[in-house]
Amino acid sequence: MQNKITIKNLNAWFGAKQVLHDIDIGIEKNGITAIIGPSGCGKSTFIRCLNRMHEVVPYAKASGKVLVDDRDIYDSDIDPVEIRRRIGMVFQKPNPFPTMSIRDNVVAGLKLGGLKDKKILDTMTEESLKKAALWDEVKNDLNKSGVSLSGGQQQRLCIARALAVEPEVILFDEPCSALDPISTSKIEDLMLELKEKYTIVIVTHNMQQAARVSDHTAFFLYGKLIEFGETDQIFKKPKEKSTEDYIIGRFG
Amino acid sequence: MDRLKLSFFRSSRSKLSGDFIFEAVVGLFALGILILAFLLFRELFIESGLSRKTFGLSFLFTSTWDPVNEIFGALPFIFGTLVSSFLALLIAVPFSLGIAIYLSELAPEKLRTPLSFIIELLAAIPSVIIGLWGIFILAPFIRDYLAPPLSTYLGFLPLFQGPMYGLSMLTGGVILAIMVIPITSSVSREVIMTVPTHQREAALALGATGWETTRIAVLPYSRSGIFGAVILGFGRAIGETMAVTMVIGNSPRISESLFSPSYTMASVIANEFVEATSKLYVSSLIEIGFLLLVISVIINVAARILVWKLLKVEGGKVA
Ligand SMILES: Nc1ncnc2c1ncn2[C@@H]1O[C@H](COP(=O)(O)OP(=O)(O)OP(=O)(O)O)[C@@H](O)[C@H]1O
Ligand SMILES: [Mg+2]
Repeated sequence: MQNKITIKNLNAWFGAKQVLHDIDIGIEKNGITAIIGPSGCGKSTFIRCLNRMHEVVPYAKASGKVLVDDRDIYDSDIDPVEIRRRIGMVFQKPNPFPTMSIRDNVVAGLKLGGLKDKKILDTMTEESLKKAALWDEVKNDLNKSGVSLSGGQQQRLCIARALAVEPEVILFDEPCSALDPISTSKIEDLMLELKEKYTIVIVTHNMQQAARVSDHTAFFLYGKLIEFGETDQIFKKPKEKSTEDYIIGRFG
Repeated sequence: MDRLKLSFFRSSRSKLSGDFIFEAVVGLFALGILILAFLLFRELFIESGLSRKTFGLSFLFTSTWDPVNEIFGALPFIFGTLVSSFLALLIAVPFSLGIAIYLSELAPEKLRTPLSFIIELLAAIPSVIIGLWGIFILAPFIRDYLAPPLSTYLGFLPLFQGPMYGLSMLTGGVILAIMVIPITSSVSREVIMTVPTHQREAALALGATGWETTRIAVLPYSRSGIFGAVILGFGRAIGETMAVTMVIGNSPRISESLFSPSYTMASVIANEFVEATSKLYVSSLIEIGFLLLVISVIINVAARILVWKLLKVEGGKVA
């Protein structure tokens, strides 16, 4: 299988504090890669390095290579804004724009890109909401505020917003941690559908979720990559003692 | 039961510890201020009775101000106050927003605190000093360098016609704008800083540039608070007396041109109260004061409520 993203020797800091140490991973194209590990081990930092969101935090810096289709996104002539369009992100907490309608939320990214044609925008709204499995629930309320929805719907709205700009990769940072089981399984189903077209990286605290949806799993501990492999192997026959301990719940 | 006992216990203990006395004293002060405000209101209302009886509602709509024949109409002052304040806002709002955005989004981390401090200090300059500066520097500057191009290029508008002597509505508006900017910009900055990180990151992750993030995430999120900040500035402009009295020309007439002198409600009270000899004259000035008080109370209350609500509700969402 071909890799969409190859991470080489990635290090990341907040000020003087190093939170990622020499990470090397390949992210499979059209696959779902899960990142697991205890709180504070650097999972969010890691995926935020993949679309250059890490550097928007003051005092944060990163070093190493992140090759997307063999092109290093940290090259000096690469515009981070361009990278973030190609590599979308869905956050832990649903964060629709509260003053925008549902429709405007979905097409916010397209409008930034300069798209004005109302017909195309409407088509994209419908398409993206359908992909995010939200269309049927909101098609009559497209002018309502994005925050009038439930938490699970808001999260799917954020997914639709990320999909609308047609990224190549979508990064999910604990997308279900604020959601009930029904919304969670909706989003999991959705990810399984999306991987046909997109490459997906998901951070999760939920072992079952990682086992259910992902093809590959990476286990992080204290900012280091401990083990990386096929999800089946990681969950059934982990090579490292600490991976096993974490999976069966012997970690805090 | 338990809770009752507890609260009883607490109240008896607080008496012992002096909390009770402290609370009572502070409460009395607060109450005192309320009573004072009420008395002020009442006093202005009663003392303006003669004027209200003599002129009725027409006081608000006539523009003769003739102390010799004792005919008084407040319209020129209401006009002067409202127009100069609007003009001040027109100038101050873009500047304040720019400053607030710069200080909260763009300025290097190290400069933010000192710069905001300096801008807030501007609010502490006594207004008579600003007035002096207005007379000696601003008014001649506007007369010599701002008015000529305005009348050359925009002279087809009645706003910029006629001779310009320096002391004018325009100068008053500019002075007021300078006095409004510190408060409007610092409140806007505070409001903008309550915009949660996740909102900014939502925009950035879509591929928004810094400015686009401000435009689609930050400003919309804080718009009601910014509106409150603007109204707060309006309240300040309406009540401001000294500086504007010194530069607006103090002539009670209604002119379309911003180059003409004008007069504000606050200024006419300050200027003429001492020399007001007849009862009706005094009463009319007091009625103007009463109107001014009503307008500024309404505006300030509205603004505080807006800002408050935002800082509480949307600021609370951050956590
Ligand atoms: N904005 C920040 N400033 C300074 N340090 C930070 C910041 N964000 C995270 N850190 C630190 O970096 C380390 C890694 O944090 P990160 O958020 O990547 O962990 P995580 O694995 O995502 O944890 P969680 O599962 O709780 O989300 C932690 O030690 C954290 O304290
Ligand atoms: Mg995290």
